[in-house]
Amino acid sequence: MDIVDVLLIGLRVVATFALLLVVTILNVWAERKVVADMQNRIGPDRAGPWGILQTVADGLKLFFKESVTPSKVERGVYLAAPFLAVVPAFLIFSVVPWGAPVEVFGRTMPLQVADLNVGLLFILAMSSMAVYAVVLAGWSSGSKYPLLGGVRATAQAISYEAAMGLAMVAVVMYSATTGDGTGTLSLAELVERQAGTFLGFIPRWNIIPQFVAFAIFLVAIVAETNRAPFDLVEAEQELVGGFHTEYSGMRFAMFFLAEYINVFSMSAIAATLFLGGWNGPTWSGILPAWISAILPVFWLLVKTYAIVFVFFWIRATLPRLRYDQLMQLGWKRLIPGALAWLMVSALFIGFRRFGLPWG
Amino acid sequence: MVEDGELGALGADSYTRRGHPDAQVRMSAYFQDYVTVGVFIALGAVLVAVMLGIAAVLRPNNPTRTKQLTYECGVDPVGAGWSQTYVRYYVFGLLFVVFDVEAVFVFPWAVAAERLGLFGVVAITIFMLTLIEGLAYAIKKGVLRWE
Repeated sequence: MDIVDVLLIGLRVVATFALLLVVTILNVWAERKVVADMQNRIGPDRAGPWGILQTVADGLKLFFKESVTPSKVERGVYLAAPFLAVVPAFLIFSVVPWGAPVEVFGRTMPLQVADLNVGLLFILAMSSMAVYAVVLAGWSSGSKYPLLGGVRATAQAISYEAAMGLAMVAVVMYSATTGDGTGTLSLAELVERQAGTFLGFIPRWNIIPQFVAFAIFLVAIVAETNRAPFDLVEAEQELVGGFHTEYSGMRFAMFFLAEYINVFSMSAIAATLFLGGWNGPTWSGILPAWISAILPVFWLLVKTYAIVFVFFWIRATLPRLRYDQLMQLGWKRLIPGALAWLMVSALFIGFRRFGLPWG
Repeated sequence: MVEDGELGALGADSYTRRGHPDAQVRMSAYFQDYVTVGVFIALGAVLVAVMLGIAAVLRPNNPTRTKQLTYECGVDPVGAGWSQTYVRYYVFGLLFVVFDVEAVFVFPWAVAAERLGLFGVVAITIFMLTLIEGLAYAIKKGVLRWE
């Protein structure tokens, strides 16, 4: 560890922050545009070309807005909740490799903040941390609607986290089929193990053998990020604004920022686990070296945005679930489904290793 | 200590540095990753603090009694904010603990599934059947039904 290493770490950290903030600005605009198109409206079109600067304008406006603090709030917790929302949202992305390792100053630098060997557990832990922000914001507001929103959010997030974790387990188990015969929890290794092809032309992505896990994971991440149709946390008709009713100005913007970062990070994780991460043709040797170095980042963004688009699409299409339907879907469909799929995967691994019992 | 350039000389195929024969290099890489996460946490908190700080300087601040009232659809709030909530929510907490503890056992098994072989599969099947039985019991008891 010398000065160059420290510089490279700093570079990675700053680049990741910049990436997250820029995609958040773009995603808010993109969501409004996509949903507007689907509802036959125009959407934002005044600020900048195609209204692309609309989010910047809205963000700047929020800087000048008064942050009203109601007198009934539990002050310390109320002020800490925005931090608790944004920091775990940043942290979830820190284990995602967003590009192939590149050569800088004669060293190989992974395009990932930290390649933790327990990356998937870290993601689960951080998405649990995000629940604290919602429940504490709701409780500390000292108001009825936020309290209800916070309690709902907790029940919802923990229900779908179980399904999300089980879908991840199937991927971890399947990752043992490539590599040295043990599974891996490191996202960088999971991506490496999805390189190559089945039968010479189908990419070796986990979505092909693990499509059931992918479907469960996709539903679970939409619920985890409290997005429509699972946005009961902030169901306007019943709960006003949900847990952030009593927040205004920049403090409200922090919850908004956290939600959009979470949508992007969770999509990036889905792309990494199931769609091969940054794997893709780089045509190295044919194209200039710097294009080949950037292409993996491009492929990951393409895959991530395919999933982000599904988020928007679902929001424009499906009505909100009722609360009992939400819980039934989680506990009676997704979790038993994930457990059953886990057993199927285990049998597959067993047959692959020991042969068919009748063979 | 690891000498300069030693980490960089490993080549592109071992950039995770986990397969390095020298235990010290592996250890150093391991701690380096966690230190980086620590730096990331600190910078994230600083970023939020800076954004809120800039807003605190720029925004107007004139609280009035009406503004500071708890929101309740425009009428004066009735009763305390911390009202009682539906007790049923706690059941999800209990169920969640069961499945979260399960993750503690299932993740390590999934990593070592191929090595543990048949013994592992049988053990985890029994474990999971116990869990499924618990879930089935909860469902049968009507925990997930909302009237």
